[in-house]
Amino acid sequence: MQLKAAMNGTTLVIRVAEDRIDAAGAIQFKERMRDLIQTPCERVILDLSPVHFLDSSGLGAVVAVMKLLAPDRKLELSGLTPTVEKVFRLTRMDSVFTIHPALAEGLRNAG
Amino acid sequence: MPVDGARLIEMRVEWQFHMISDSRSVRDGLQRALEAEPLCLLSVDDRSTAEIVLAEVLNNIVEHAYAAGTGPIRLSLALGEGVLNCRIEDEGAAMPGETLPAGRLPNPADLPEGGFGWHLIRTLGHQLSYRRSGSTNQLRFSLPAERSGR
Repeated sequence: MQLKAAMNGTTLVIRVAEDRIDAAGAIQFKERMRDLIQTPCERVILDLSPVHFLDSSGLGAVVAVMKLLAPDRKLELSGLTPTVEKVFRLTRMDSVFTIHPALAEGLRNAG
Repeated sequence: MPVDGARLIEMRVEWQFHMISDSRSVRDGLQRALEAEPLCLLSVDDRSTAEIVLAEVLNNIVEHAYAAGTGPIRLSLALGEGVLNCRIEDEGAAMPGETLPAGRLPNPADLPEGGFGWHLIRTLGHQLSYRRSGSTNQLRFSLPAERSGR
């Protein structure tokens, strides 16, 4: 599971450099995220633009990461591709995340 | 009445994909199915729906039916007029009560980490049916299947 983290001002940007977050990769995703979010920062944006597929295990892992950041920080998402967007919408989990159309917008708009 | 031979043949064609019950094999099997007929013939949107539903069904089999061991999973697909007929069989444990889960959506505000699978299957799939015969679980459902313009 390739995740690339970089600081942009006080925002930690984590880009998922994978085609999918599914049952075969969800646990590893959560473990890697747990390490990366130790970095002190005000905001965390998870850029999902390379991810073409996310299943319910992947969604559960993203929710788990959000809970690891609470209560001081929120997990913001950017770059949802059509299938990923569909999974968030049908499960209504799009209502609990701040979702930016693309990373650039996410960096402009404070959460 | 004249018989539309070509169409009859098309309705009967079935594609099969075999996997074993671990998440890697299921990921590879799903990938193979998506790149082959009939799924590669579908519109982007219907192919995406098929990927979501098939992934959830296959993952459930790995996690629940084969919780206590491993075994084979067989995915059979047939393309009809605007519809993809799916049949998935495994030799794992029966569904509890031999009925399909209700798939009630968990409350998003509770920040659930699971319980989405059957909701997605029931929202996107149609005509779901489940049958246990002998040691085999058989799940059938249909999905929308517009062909891509290509």
